Amino acid sequence: MFKYLKQLTSLVAMVAMLFTFTTETMAAKKSKTLKNTQKKGFVRCGVSQGLPGFSNADAAGNWTGVDVDVCRAVAAAVLGDANKVKFTPLSAKERFTALTSGEIDILSRNTTWTLSRDADIGLTFVGVNFYDGQGFMVRKSSGITSTSQFKNGISACTNIGTTTELNMRDFFNSRGISYEPVAFEKADEVVAAYDAGRCDTYTTDKSGLAAQRTKMKNPDEHIVLPETISKEPLGPVVRQGDSVWEDIVRWSLNTMIEAEEYGITSANADMMKTSDNPQIKRLVGAEGEMGAAFGLDNEWNLRIIKQVGNYGESYKRNIADTGILPDRGPNELWTKGGILYVPPSR
Amino acid sequence: MNFKLKDLGPQLITVVAVILVFGFFTYNAQVNMENRGIDFGYGFLSQESSFDVQFSLIEYDGSHSYFRAYLVGLLNTILVSVIGIILATILGVIVGIARLSPNYLINKFAAFYVEFFRNIPLLLQIFFWYFAALRALPLPQDADAMFGIAFLTIKGLYVPAFIWQNFNIFFYSVVAAIIAIIVIRIQAKKLQETQGKQTPVLLISIGLLLILPLLSFLIGGVKLEFEVPVLKQLATTSFIYEGGVSLPPELIALALSLSLYTATFIAECVRAGIQGVGKGQKEAAASIGLTPNQVLKLVVMPQALRIIIPPTTNQYLNLTKNSSLAAAIAYPDLVLVFAGTALMQTGKAIEIVSITMFTYLSLSISISILMNWYNKKIAIQEK
Repeated sequence: MFKYLKQLTSLVAMVAMLFTFTTETMAAKKSKTLKNTQKKGFVRCGVSQGLPGFSNADAAGNWTGVDVDVCRAVAAAVLGDANKVKFTPLSAKERFTALTSGEIDILSRNTTWTLSRDADIGLTFVGVNFYDGQGFMVRKSSGITSTSQFKNGISACTNIGTTTELNMRDFFNSRGISYEPVAFEKADEVVAAYDAGRCDTYTTDKSGLAAQRTKMKNPDEHIVLPETISKEPLGPVVRQGDSVWEDIVRWSLNTMIEAEEYGITSANADMMKTSDNPQIKRLVGAEGEMGAAFGLDNEWNLRIIKQVGNYGESYKRNIADTGILPDRGPNELWTKGGILYVPPSR
Repeated sequence: MNFKLKDLGPQLITVVAVILVFGFFTYNAQVNMENRGIDFGYGFLSQESSFDVQFSLIEYDGSHSYFRAYLVGLLNTILVSVIGIILATILGVIVGIARLSPNYLINKFAAFYVEFFRNIPLLLQIFFWYFAALRALPLPQDADAMFGIAFLTIKGLYVPAFIWQNFNIFFYSVVAAIIAIIVIRIQAKKLQETQGKQTPVLLISIGLLLILPLLSFLIGGVKLEFEVPVLKQLATTSFIYEGGVSLPPELIALALSLSLYTATFIAECVRAGIQGVGKGQKEAAASIGLTPNQVLKLVVMPQALRIIIPPTTNQYLNLTKNSSLAAAIAYPDLVLVFAGTALMQTGKAIEIVSITMFTYLSLSISISILMNWYNKKIAIQEK
């Protein structure tokens, strides 16, 4: 029975193809996600349940953050309006299922790029928008200033369903320290339990620690220890199997980073069209056919820069000016001593 | 022929429809998983889990397999359910009887308790007991000792551990006491049936249970020592207790909220059961000379239990299933450990969710079978 069903479907698909051949570009036809997004009129984006600086909603329900800006950039590129995004807050546990089941089309939720996630579970990581590492937060009054002062029996609060749980085990095991892991499903509960004194230390990505510290009853009572115990490259993720959509998300992010490199900002983007530098002209859609391969028009990247801004603007607006991590650290351009380096748009 | 077709038709259509719906979902899942490059299989269960769990009844750490992690979660779920069921039953019976008390204060207090706790969502109660009550508990270094040996702190309840010498002799003495009690009960029943003599079985049983183990201490060489938890400093303001047994606050909060919530429903079942026994039954029993205790034990309770057991079974099932709310407060039950962390680390959503569903189904059915067996045992034996 299924055999006939398959034949029937392919027949219908073939007929449909004939009709649409003339009206749609090759790329748009290849990418089901792009077609669906344009038909719906909004980008479906999975974000965190509230992590200041990365993805956080204000009282009016407006989402801001560097992770949010990736989705806005994609919306600006494919729909022409950075506000046409539908955000779905997800717990660490729900996030991949939401993506693979098709509930969202981009997962931009401070998610660590690892081999097993990339290879195993039907996901594709498209890049890194924040280089992070796992750290520990303790109460200042404890007198602990380094992880070397941790002793047997220490209790550590964290989230379930993250690489944190695995790194924590590696860290304590390699030092031969026995510890009590207290793992919650939601970040807010981790913070509440740590703040109440249930745990001696709170461990997650350092950016997360810095962001959550601002939510505590008395932020000054807590410090983040200097040690970094893991590599956590955080970046947007898409479903496996739609390479055009994957490319659109990847190059939307790359455009933001490269725009900073060439000094193109949301304010001066239009003026850059007449620049002498062909690389700059390509980045604002004034030279070459940079959108055709994605099934987009030529000014898709100009819209990203104008509506969302370059990576530096996004970082400053969301992370530096809010006092979360004023120092860009590794998330500085390669030309300025950081490790942000993206392939050229050409 | 015509009649048969009319009879079979709807059933056949139903069966075909069910098969088609299942077939469609299976096919759909298969196609989608293939498209997205997701493998299906249970092989991951034997892989190393590489995550630790806070609290476990069996030996476990990250070097064990995912299957072992599943067992850890399952046992923790069973543990909190069993504690919850026992506490809820005791509390439920007391409150249920209290609601029928002629004493105005007891009666109204029980009614208030029932109405208050059954009308607040369980998740909220769990959060209250965990976060609000936990915050009020002292830090380990500020905790006052209870009876000089136990400490209730924000990091958990620390109680002394029992250290036994010649534990097997003590164990045998308890077994011997239980066997003796059973023999005496049978004898007492015979005596009652043949000669009408009453034996104080309860008193003798309690006596045996006390005296035999006591003898094992005095002449059997059994020794019991307590290992009292000792405060240990981790850092300037960070302390824990070492030694003894520690019960995590997550377990305490969950068991407490589950039993307080479910006890209200059990109390109502008990009240319904007792009120369901006709007044005439008690009067008739009293008129043939039974004491009030005997009336309760021989006439009222056997009939009331028939009304109480079936709805109480439902409450036991609810409690077991509600224990999955543990994930909200970090108690490592089946949902948190297996359908949470393990699912995330492996990405095997369909496999893990199906195993978890099947496990809860099996747990519930086991409780059902047990309770139905008990129900049958106390049902009216038609002669």
